[in-house]
Amino acid sequence: MQNLIDLEKKINSELTTKIKKTEIRHEQLYITIDNKDLIDVTLHIKNNENTKFRQLIDITVVDYPENTQRFKVVYLFLSHEFNQRIILSYLISENEVIPSLTPIYPAANWMEREVFDMYGVKFKDHPDLRRILTDYDFEGHPLRKDFPLTGHTEVRYSEDQKKVIKEPVKLEQNYRNFDYESPWEGTKYIKKQTDLDNDKKN
Amino acid sequence: MTKKTKTLNLNFGPQHPAAHGVLRLILELDGEVVEKADPHIGLLHRGTEKLIENKTYMQAVPYFDRLDYVAPMNQEHAFALAIEKILKIDVPIRAQFIRVMFCEIGRILSHILNVTTQALDVGALTPSLWGFEERETLMTFYERASGSRLHANYFRAGGVHQDLPMGLEEDIGKFCVSFPKIIDDLETLLTDNRIFKQRNVDIGIVSKEDALDYSFSGVMIRGSGVPWDLRKSQPYECYEQLEFKIPVGKNGDCYDRYLCRIDEMRESVSIIKQCLAKMTKGPVKSSDGKISPPPKKNIKQSMEALIHHFKLFTEGYRVDKDEIYTAVEAPKGEFGVYLISDGSSKPYKCKIRAPGFSHLAAMDYLIKGHMLADVPAVLGSLDIVFGEVDR
Repeated sequence: MQNLIDLEKKINSELTTKIKKTEIRHEQLYITIDNKDLIDVTLHIKNNENTKFRQLIDITVVDYPENTQRFKVVYLFLSHEFNQRIILSYLISENEVIPSLTPIYPAANWMEREVFDMYGVKFKDHPDLRRILTDYDFEGHPLRKDFPLTGHTEVRYSEDQKKVIKEPVKLEQNYRNFDYESPWEGTKYIKKQTDLDNDKKN
Repeated sequence: MTKKTKTLNLNFGPQHPAAHGVLRLILELDGEVVEKADPHIGLLHRGTEKLIENKTYMQAVPYFDRLDYVAPMNQEHAFALAIEKILKIDVPIRAQFIRVMFCEIGRILSHILNVTTQALDVGALTPSLWGFEERETLMTFYERASGSRLHANYFRAGGVHQDLPMGLEEDIGKFCVSFPKIIDDLETLLTDNRIFKQRNVDIGIVSKEDALDYSFSGVMIRGSGVPWDLRKSQPYECYEQLEFKIPVGKNGDCYDRYLCRIDEMRESVSIIKQCLAKMTKGPVKSSDGKISPPPKKNIKQSMEALIHHFKLFTEGYRVDKDEIYTAVEAPKGEFGVYLISDGSSKPYKCKIRAPGFSHLAAMDYLIKGHMLADVPAVLGSLDIVFGEVDR
């Protein structure tokens, strides 16, 4: 834990202008940056002798459709040498194109393809930006919050046409989403009471 | 006069017995040498992450069984740990040992499947017949604890669903005595087998640097000589109290990865034995009524328990607004859950980091310059399961 505080200080002092915010929670360092600084920051944390974040664990995006800067792009890094993790993130708006990390971390190739497929975020200079998980001529970006859970089309084999065809989704019953949320929070004393009971038993 | 050469495109899969599921691999061949491999994945994509966003935390657990379906409980573990860290719940010690024990059983399940099918891919039939018998035994342990051989749905935030049934601990203990003999048998069939070595030694070599660059984890990185195991380096649960070694390879080829897996099975047996010895009687889930459902008999007696039961199975428990990444050492490598909660009873976002995804992404790098016949050998040693790659 002490190391993580040192790391936070180090990163803040060496990249002062490029770091917007840092925070330590759950023994992980959360860093917020500006999207134009991505390449500089990653190159620094990868090559610096005192950080050596050699592994890119994952890239993902979080969608907040109500915000003007809709997507939060998240990068997870791991340093084997110092046994530390960094969660790097920045905000972008819907049609922004962001730099690709593939030249720095080869593993980013498929991760960026997945982000493109699921959220429609485009990467500049990506060698091969194709859809990866969805079907060959799929439309839309399924993990966006405004994409319906049921999807838009379904496939079936058509006996007449002798091939697999796509049709708009037809459900026998609409997908039901019950609102179970209640202001009910329960009372705090019960937990204490049960703890006391357990103590007595032991 | 120059001769014009033409490359041949070969479509490997999606239905191919050595593709370990639904992998479509487009290979560009120059004679028998692979020049380029382009894996097409997603044929088993079910939108797990989207579904989880629409389910309560408790309802999301079964989706994790369906990721890497040969070691289901290891995945549940990552998700349970993520929730526990956000909610700051303490897990009773008995539950911790049960969970670690079943994770190690999952590791053996996965490694048996991988080692024996890798042998099958390069021409040896017998190991799979011997290995699958043991897998069946292990799956009955799963069944006795959770009610299901494969899709266990056993781990909960704060512990496990229920205590082990009578006699299960003794039977797992007996298995730990008999199983090392089976590993020895498998080794006599494979380790010094001339054909197996010819097909695996010096095939699919990964250097240390490349293993880091391509985000390899688990056996893929240990096979290349990097002693990295999350159970040791970032201990979670009760792994700190257990003694085990981390097998590390030298050359980073398919054969070293096979040896690592064999040794890891032996270590797992020893971990299970230690868990059984250290396990004491006690509760198996958190006593917090707001998170773990009350026992059935209380529902008939206590109004409070009835209300808790009702609220937990309709609304579910709420998780404070937070953001966390937790990773566990799954049999295939680092399996991580990046969870964003927004204070409601459903996750706002749950990104699943599957080890197999990064491994398969490096397929082109691994197979370039190898012969066509090496494709199944390399694919086998990557330990790919499409449930987790496609999600």
